[in-house]
Amino acid sequence: MTLLLSPNAWWVLLSMLVLGVASGMIGCLAYWKRQSLMSDALSHAALPGVVIAFAITGVKILPVLILGAAISALIGAFLVQWVVSSSRIKEDTAMGIVLSVFFGLGIMLLTIVNRTGGGNVSGLDGFIFGQAASMVRTDVYTMSALGLVVISIVWLGFKEWKLFLFDPAFAKGLGLSVRLMNSLYSGVLVLVIVIGIQAVGVILMSALLIIPAVSARYWTHSFKWMLIGAAVIGGGSGVIGTVISTMGKGWPTGPFIVVSSAAFFVVSLLFGAQKGLVIVRLQQRSRIKSEVSVPAEREKMVVKEGGY
Amino acid sequence: MSYTGWILLTASLVGLSCGTIGVLLILRRMAMMADAISHTVLLGIVVAFLVTRELSGYHMLIGAVVAGLLTSILIQWLQSRGVQGEASIGVVFTTLFAVGVILIATKVGNAHLDVKHALMGEITFVPWTTVHLPWIGDIPEATFILSIVLLVVLAAVIGFYKEWKITSFDPALAASIGIPVVVMHYAFMSLLSITTVAAFDAVGAIMVLAMLITPAASAYLWTDRLSLMFVLSGGFGVLAAVAGYYTAAWLDTSISGSMAFATGVLFMISFLASPKHGLLSKLLSPAVAAE
Repeated sequence: MTLLLSPNAWWVLLSMLVLGVASGMIGCLAYWKRQSLMSDALSHAALPGVVIAFAITGVKILPVLILGAAISALIGAFLVQWVVSSSRIKEDTAMGIVLSVFFGLGIMLLTIVNRTGGGNVSGLDGFIFGQAASMVRTDVYTMSALGLVVISIVWLGFKEWKLFLFDPAFAKGLGLSVRLMNSLYSGVLVLVIVIGIQAVGVILMSALLIIPAVSARYWTHSFKWMLIGAAVIGGGSGVIGTVISTMGKGWPTGPFIVVSSAAFFVVSLLFGAQKGLVIVRLQQRSRIKSEVSVPAEREKMVVKEGGY
Repeated sequence: MSYTGWILLTASLVGLSCGTIGVLLILRRMAMMADAISHTVLLGIVVAFLVTRELSGYHMLIGAVVAGLLTSILIQWLQSRGVQGEASIGVVFTTLFAVGVILIATKVGNAHLDVKHALMGEITFVPWTTVHLPWIGDIPEATFILSIVLLVVLAAVIGFYKEWKITSFDPALAASIGIPVVVMHYAFMSLLSITTVAAFDAVGAIMVLAMLITPAASAYLWTDRLSLMFVLSGGFGVLAAVAGYYTAAWLDTSISGSMAFATGVLFMISFLASPKHGLLSKLLSPAVAAE
């Protein structure tokens, strides 16, 4: 635990906290957009961008790599949209294609850069599984700042996000541009993915978006509390996973964060106040004959939120 | 056979078996399920290794099939508990994959298994581990396992062709005429798992996914006939494998990475230029009609 004493480690922990909170919140948006796996496709699609940005500039500066990652993730998102809208390929197939082909390209380029680039390259491999311990102070600042931007965009526009997700028709009636919200949504989704991949890695980044949102869903029907719950679970697992991964030499950060958030998920699944297994079992016992029905989640939530 | 010959043969076998399974996969809208399984077989392989302490192809095959079925059961169970389909896939596979990576990084250490190998495969090592077969002689173990898997897949697909066709296109009709849809589902998941793991050793998880989805999706753009789609998909798989190998040799880079990329190039060509469902034909056909 000696690492915990160094000031750098505290900064790393802080940035992982911010990242976890930001991705937990964005994960809720993705959950209700029913695009959980889109985040998986986009994070894999970011890999070639990271490598190309490095190959062009020859330096490993986080903002440059983030820019490369964002461009290639957006290209991936655009390709999924394009293929789905103009052919008979379904969305899940298109996402699978973009995911695997972009990742393949990323590995191709990474191998070439590793061979030609000399000793400067070593950290790029960390983008596959994440290496939070390798972050330097400026990386931490960049990550935290961008993470805070994402959090404030979600928080300040809370009402607009709610309308956009649950009643887009009404949002339109109020003069809210759904198109603008859609672009903003893609923007924050890509942003949180690309700031996360250095710490968590492209393969497991999507878990940081998906698992906290799904877990928070077990505790509340209110969108606001779901956001808060996902932020807490995301931030908590970010910190716990990072601490565990610093205990062993060369332990990757991503998998530990994922397993920590999976632990939160199992607890929520069992004891969650809304649909947790224990609660449901108790309810079933108290009303032996009446069946516990699970109506369509979305409608239930809108009603609970007060309707518009 | 020469060194390159074995590699090309192995990669082509991957292309054929993945291409065949891939057709059913995308018709059943289970592309992301393949993403999940291609990741979780890692856990199966690691656990099989921890239990038996040897890297034998057969133990791994069993471990991977168990992991694959477990993944599919867990996902179904979460869905029945009211978790969104996509989200439950995301929760299950990332968690199981993370456990696999942690086991490798901490326990198995650098004894034979490493994460990069599992992700990207090491097809260049395939010709070095051989098994001796009567009459045929020494052939690489991975190639041998892949040929058996291909035979199993082909037998299952051809033997129950009508059943696959009906359950994939119209599950309700299939159920009403007495085809055991659930059994077919788990049979399909088992086939998918064996194919994935057999290919996994040679080309790695990501490449398996590319080979499963992309050639089949390309074939889907060329034809409406299921039988032709199988042939085209297998053919595209082999073509991508060969093209990918030579690209990798030319650029001196990762073989599985460039094979995955080659499937993408094939898909892009199909997407743009296929006479049936391609973009250009759609753009041109109104003009043709107007003449």
